[in-house]
This record gives sequence, structure tokens and C-alpha cells, in this order.
Amino acid sequence: MADNAEILTGLAEIVEEVAGIDTAEVSADKSFVDDLDIDSLSMVEIAVQAEDKFGVKIPDEQLAELKTVGDAVDYISKNQ
Amino acid sequence: MTDVVVTGYGATTPLGGDAASTWDALLAGKSGVGITRGEFVEKFDLPVKISAQLAVEPTEVLPRVQARRMDRAEQVAMIAAREAWAHAGLAVEKGEEPKVDPERLAVVIGTGIGGVTTLLDQDDLLETGGLRKVSPLTVPMLMPNGPAAMVSLEVGARGGVHSPASACATGAEALAWAYRLLKAGEVDVVIAGGAEACISGLTVAGFVQARTLSQRNDDPEAASRPFDTKRDGFVLGEGAGIMVLERAEYAAARGATVHGRLAGIGLTSDAYHITGPDPEGTGQARAMVNAMRTAGISPSDVGHVNCHATSTVAGDVGETVAVRKAIGDHPVLTAPKSALGHLVGGAGAVEGIIAMLSVRDGIIPATRNLDELDPGVTLDVVSGEPRKMELSAAVNNSFGFGGHNASLVFTKV
Repeated sequence: MADNAEILTGLAEIVEEVAGIDTAEVSADKSFVDDLDIDSLSMVEIAVQAEDKFGVKIPDEQLAELKTVGDAVDYISKNQ
Repeated sequence: MTDVVVTGYGATTPLGGDAASTWDALLAGKSGVGITRGEFVEKFDLPVKISAQLAVEPTEVLPRVQARRMDRAEQVAMIAAREAWAHAGLAVEKGEEPKVDPERLAVVIGTGIGGVTTLLDQDDLLETGGLRKVSPLTVPMLMPNGPAAMVSLEVGARGGVHSPASACATGAEALAWAYRLLKAGEVDVVIAGGAEACISGLTVAGFVQARTLSQRNDDPEAASRPFDTKRDGFVLGEGAGIMVLERAEYAAARGATVHGRLAGIGLTSDAYHITGPDPEGTGQARAMVNAMRTAGISPSDVGHVNCHATSTVAGDVGETVAVRKAIGDHPVLTAPKSALGHLVGGAGAVEGIIAMLSVRDGIIPATRNLDELDPGVTLDVVSGEPRKMELSAAVNNSFGFGGHNASLVFTKV
């Protein structure tokens, strides 16, 4: 089980790999779409990689609710 | 009617990572053919172990994240398009005003096969890992209009994006459609050409089964030998060629450097056989005649033909028969596929650039590996060294599976 800081670090690595955004930019308050400029196709890639990395399921309807990096960290934390 | 001029060009090929290095290597008589890098040759025990792979890997040139979102065919189109766009003096920094009205700018870039390596890779992932492993980028990466669409995003073209597909004639056909758009006054500028990157187990196997590829594995650089008596098939290659074409008035108004004129085009079809050319060469000859007619020139003006000649037994001699029928016995020929291999959908555009440079610079690259001219060829083929020759016009031929014939006429500015 990863704690929230570890989840944030892991998520930032995935975002860097998929979208080329520096890990330092990926903080809890950032919006995936509005701040990090990540498109819907990249969000699907990020979700699939996060599922593998953290052993969670992120259904599509849930993915749509994860607006910020913090939302994703919280969801993963509660569901891993 | 307006003239169509070439104001920029770019390429990435087995001879070089840009147009200048490709042209220099071609004039120096180098070969882009080698032993195929990739595990599939051994895995499937393919009898063809050679190909003409890119001199510079696209991932060395493109930003990592951009590269991972594109099929290799899209990557080569992007690299060549960026070079051409910058060469034409039209590139701008992000946030700057575009130099061409986006609604007066079109893209015509085709591919013969499309994103076949993406298709195969993603199918493997579906088979082994199921739905979840399939990339959400699969469709935009494998669609045949992908290279054109990617380039339209890069240059901000809103005047239409078109993707002709005519197998090995695609690159030339794309330039021809650009010519038509400009002649009709629909747009002012077109970024046009062809791209291909389809060297994979399945495509090689398919071409092998069609008995079209050279099996000269022990001497790769000698494998592509158009017009030579010992030719035994073509060598599959990859790469892209892109031109920036403009209405002459538009180019003049913005003070652009003009490298040549795409003076005429001819597009015809054989309706004869799905892969074999019409042995009479009628359709090919008509393409050349139409290109000269639209250019407003006569056969005596054509000093040079940059041939399609792929190094197959049937095709090469047939093309020379068509050249004689359409133009006569005087044009001097060359076959750039002897050095480049066959770039399929990229071939016509890369070779169009070469033909245009021959006219501009007055030099015709030599055909490699021409040790003994096929007795069926009665025309003068440049071999050994490049030939310096003042040219007012050259014809560039490209023909494709499906009976597509595309001829372009380039003239001096």
C-alpha cells in the first residue's frame, strides 16, 4: 500500500512518461485538462498505467470525475 | 492560369536525415540499402534480409512525447514537413502570427499503406493483454490520413487536408493534387508529398509472396539495380519527401526563394492488372503526355526522365518503352531507387525533389549497380558518375500497384 506522497510521485512519473510534463509540475492542486493540458486520449493512457502501478480499477465514469491530480491521488488511496 | 512553384522541400530517407544530405549522398553514389535491423527477419525466417531503412531514426529528431503519439509513417512525414516549412521561410515560433492565412493553406500528404506497424503492434497487444493494453492512440496512429492530419496540426492548415493513396505512386499523386488545388485558385500554399514506414514482418512477407523483392542478401548495396540484366526485384525502403508549393504570384509577393516550377502533371490508370503494368505502357505514356501538355511543353524540351524503375524484371523495360512512345529517344534517364530503395508512398515525392534539383542544379545522379544494361533498354541511362547537363525540363515518373500512373514535369525558374 502506497501512501499519498508515494501515489503522487508515482502518478507524476506516469504523467511525465505519457505527456512529457515535468514531474515537479504535477502537484495535487493541478487540473489535468486546464493546467497540465492533457487530452482525453492521454488521460486514458494515464488511467491504464495507474491501474497497473497501484492495483486499482478506474472505471470510465470515475475517470471523468478525476479533475485534479489530488482527486486521482485520493481515489487511488481509497481504492487500492 | 497561375504557375505552381516550389519554395521549400524536406526529406528523411535511407540516404540522409534531410534533403541536403540525401541529395549529396545520391550524387556521391552511396547506397541506403543494408541488412534489415529488426528481429522479424530471423523470427519468420524470411528469405529477404535486406532493406533501405532510415539513415536517422525519427526518435533522435522528434521530442519523445510527440514521437510516442505518432506512427513511424507520421513521424517521417512530420520531420520532412518541418524541414520543408522552415526551408520555405514559413515556420514561426509558437504564439506568433502565421505567415500564411490558414484558410488559404492546404495539406496533401499520402501514404501507400498507412500505419501498418501500429496496426500489427496493437493487434499483438490485444491478443496477449486484451482490451486494456490497446492504446487509445491506435486509430489516429494507423489511419492512412494520419501523416497529413499530423502535419496540418503542425502548420495550422485549415484549407483542407487530403490523403491520396495510390501505392507507389502516392507521393507523386499528392504533388499532382496540390498542383490542381493551386491551379484552381482554391488555396495559395500547399504542403504536399508522401510518407511511408512499413518495413515489418507482414509487409516483407507479403511482398516476398508476390515475388517482387530482391533476395541479394549477400551484397545489399548491389541489390537494387534498375535496368541491369541481373536485377531480381526491388528493395523495400522507408522515408518521406515533402514540398511546399505555392501560386507563383503569392510566392513572388512574399519574396520567397523559388527552386523550381511544377509545370505539369499527368495522372492516368491502366485498368489492366492489379499489380502488373500494362506491357504496352499505354497508360504510363499517357501520363507523360498529359504532364507535358499541361506544362505547355513539347517532348523535345524534356532532357531528362527521373524514372520509377524499381529493379523488377518486368517494370523497368516497360517504362523505357513508354518513355520512347511519349517523349522519344533523346531523354537521359536515371533511377534513384538504385540508391534509395523503394520508399513506396514516399518514393514519388522524394524523387520529385531529386528531379527538381536536377533541373535547378544541372546535374543528374547516376544509377547505381548498372553493370550491364538490359538489351531491351535502348535509351541513355546515367551510370558511374553523375552527369552535368543543362536542363530546361525533366519528367518524374511514379507508378503504383493498382495501375496508377503519375508523371510530373519540373521546369527551370
